[in-house]
Amino acid sequence: MTAAYHWLFVPLTLGLALVMAVMETIYVVKKDEFWKKTAQFWMKLFAINFAVGIATGIILEFEFGTNWSNYSWFVGDMFGAPLAIEGILAFFMEATFFAVMFFGWNKVGKRFHLASTWLTGIGATISAYWILVANGWMQNPVGTTFNPETVRSEMASAAAFWEVISNPVAVSKFFHSVTSGWVTGGIFVVGVSAWYLLKGRHKTFATKSMLVGSIVGLVGSAAVMLSGDSSGIHAAEFQPMKLAAAEGLQDGGKRAAFTIVPGIKIPGMLSILATHDLDGYVPGINDILNGYTDNDGNAIPSVAEKMAMGREALVALSIYRTTEDPTEKAEARYALEENVQYMGYGHLEKPEDIVPPVGVVFWAFRFMIGLGMLIALVLLLSVIAVWKDKLGKWQWLLWAAIVCIPLAYVTGQCGWIVAEVGRQPWTIQGLLPVNVAISSLSAGAVKTTFFLFLAIFTLFLIIEIRILVGAIKKGPETQNE
Amino acid sequence: MSYTFLQNYWWFLIALLGGLLVFLMFVQGANLHLGNRKLSDLQKRMILNSTGRKWELTFTTLVTFGGAFFASFPLFYSTSFGGAYWVWVLLLITFVFQAVAYEFQNKKENLIGSQAFRVFLMINGVLAPFLVGTAVGTFFTGSDFTVNKAAIANATAPVISTWGNGWHGLDALGQYHAVLLGCALIFLTAILGCLYTLNNIDDPEIHAQMRRSIKLEILPFLVFFLTWLVILLVRPGFAVDEAGAVSLEKFKYLHNLLQMPAVLVMLLVGVVLVLWGLFRGAFTKSRCSIWPAGIGTVLVVMAVFFVAGYNGTAYYPSCTDLPSSLSIRNSSSSQFTLQVMFWVSLLIPFVVAYIAYAWHQMDRKKITPDEISDTPHKY
Repeated sequence: MTAAYHWLFVPLTLGLALVMAVMETIYVVKKDEFWKKTAQFWMKLFAINFAVGIATGIILEFEFGTNWSNYSWFVGDMFGAPLAIEGILAFFMEATFFAVMFFGWNKVGKRFHLASTWLTGIGATISAYWILVANGWMQNPVGTTFNPETVRSEMASAAAFWEVISNPVAVSKFFHSVTSGWVTGGIFVVGVSAWYLLKGRHKTFATKSMLVGSIVGLVGSAAVMLSGDSSGIHAAEFQPMKLAAAEGLQDGGKRAAFTIVPGIKIPGMLSILATHDLDGYVPGINDILNGYTDNDGNAIPSVAEKMAMGREALVALSIYRTTEDPTEKAEARYALEENVQYMGYGHLEKPEDIVPPVGVVFWAFRFMIGLGMLIALVLLLSVIAVWKDKLGKWQWLLWAAIVCIPLAYVTGQCGWIVAEVGRQPWTIQGLLPVNVAISSLSAGAVKTTFFLFLAIFTLFLIIEIRILVGAIKKGPETQNE
Repeated sequence: MSYTFLQNYWWFLIALLGGLLVFLMFVQGANLHLGNRKLSDLQKRMILNSTGRKWELTFTTLVTFGGAFFASFPLFYSTSFGGAYWVWVLLLITFVFQAVAYEFQNKKENLIGSQAFRVFLMINGVLAPFLVGTAVGTFFTGSDFTVNKAAIANATAPVISTWGNGWHGLDALGQYHAVLLGCALIFLTAILGCLYTLNNIDDPEIHAQMRRSIKLEILPFLVFFLTWLVILLVRPGFAVDEAGAVSLEKFKYLHNLLQMPAVLVMLLVGVVLVLWGLFRGAFTKSRCSIWPAGIGTVLVVMAVFFVAGYNGTAYYPSCTDLPSSLSIRNSSSSQFTLQVMFWVSLLIPFVVAYIAYAWHQMDRKKITPDEISDTPHKY
């Protein structure tokens, strides 16, 4: 819930940061006060959104410890280095230059101010990379060794560290998430500008903002599609159950069809998307439960077999940590190492536990793609409309742009659902299911804080929307022509 | 680099971050004075705009402090945060409200009124230093938890770190020694807040009120802090031997100071600097006393962390089960991870340099009513 709320505010931060930086660059290059006032207006909206993003972000970080105690011990050694880099490189950059950006207009030179605006956005983007390195590792835990002495995943070599920070899942997640932020920021600017045009206010401001916003959003849309393609490939390779759930695919096979909506399918398309090969094999939910042979000819065990191996690993771990007999200890360690890759499965009660809520993931996936394409179309038409001076005639496009603002948030949340609900029941794919990642807290304590934070975040969201709407209604300080 | 060196190095950085965090809590301390009825609304806004340009730095230091614990001593992170649950959740809630309070308070659409957000800032001003101080206080009193790494193989109760009572951290309020440190931090940060506003705001009435506040706050600070320090020096401590066995040792923390003379000197120099800064700020026309007091604060907090963690000491002791106590040896990340983080940490001087440069640029012009009205973005 906290992550979903956090993800409501982060995309706009990432997108508006780029839009503002571009506008301020134009101001510095052209020395035109109009662009300064334009950048300052979007900066005002950025600040309102940024505050809530920070508030939800700190909760997210500390919740790893408060609510996911086992998880934080289990992954602490893997996340240590990425988090240290994030803290040192990104957090302070963002915090320091944020203050210069907002309060330094009359205190520092133009170029230093411009650098501060860029560095605030770059800091947020670097931060996103390192947190997605952590998230990517949870989806595809590479470069790790389980240490039975410490009972955690550990990073043991420079090669392992490199594997973690260049994890393909993390890289594609980073591009997918950040550029989707550009889309959100872009459509937000386009939609707000459209409202001014419909009201006949601040026409020059709105038209020029719309051009910058639509170009940023369109570039973002193209990058989202490209990174989405590699996300699909990675899901097929590392999280086939997530892909099967997103497709509602009960029984897979070669030349698997892609379902647009139930009843309408494109033959072979899913195989192409998931493997870049028409004859690529895509396993369905039942195949994964019962075992199958992947595209490289590897026999993938059934979930029941994985559970049996996982239980052997847990028993071996238990013996290893309690026995004093060196022979028994060595045997236990051998048995553990043989089965450790399936250790997480040992905690499952039944094979079906590895199936995420299919309906939710299936529809979230469809809404994400459908709405994302609609927004990309509106952004493209916005560029054309500004370029061809059609904004006065294409009033329907202005309305569409306004409607697309909430739709961009729905799209982002759907993406989050696909990524996070789709990997249930795992906190760390294959290694640590949710029910073992927890803290030792009563259900009452967890419920109390859940509803408390839900209430607080909802209150903040309502206030933020009210203040944003108020600031938009008030308008920029540019001439109202 | 040996594992021991890296563990010591990262405890040093945790101590440094802790010291900087307490210093930067001048933001919380200054906001406490928003309740001063002798200040006009404009003067209160000047204080808000002054702390409003620094709160992000305090907040980021808190986040980095937590992140550094997660990264370098994850067993503390999982044990304390998951166990002393309510202390951390309360702390987070106060910071969450602080994060939005600046931006929201003077907007008419804020739904609950600007006064409510100022109250949030003042609650954060009291609770944040109190909870941080009390939590650090438990480094010396011990807490009620057990750690059993084998539990993860147990299907019915897989949690490694478990808290021994249902209070989940609120039990620290019953540890008077820990509470004394929490109270001392409230007054210390309040005084640092006064010293910061003296330095950052150009307004004679604010200066007079802040000097008056310092005079009122010095005595309780000294009483709480010195009482805490004396008790610390005479109380038994949690010693860890080479094999990792934990035992209670009489006068352990006094021994630590005597056996680590550099830390003793650090503590004494820090205390002298803090006192010098406080008295200079209260009784002279100095506007720069935040610097000696701030540096002194960092030194004292670092010395406290060194006493807690170095010289064979369990920094997060368990009263319930002594072997479960956490030391910097048994709770750290692996040698490789600490080593990677060591290389990354060499960037810290560069980060400090740009923060100092930006701070200097921003604070060259002091805050006045005119300065606020000239600034496009204000609180």
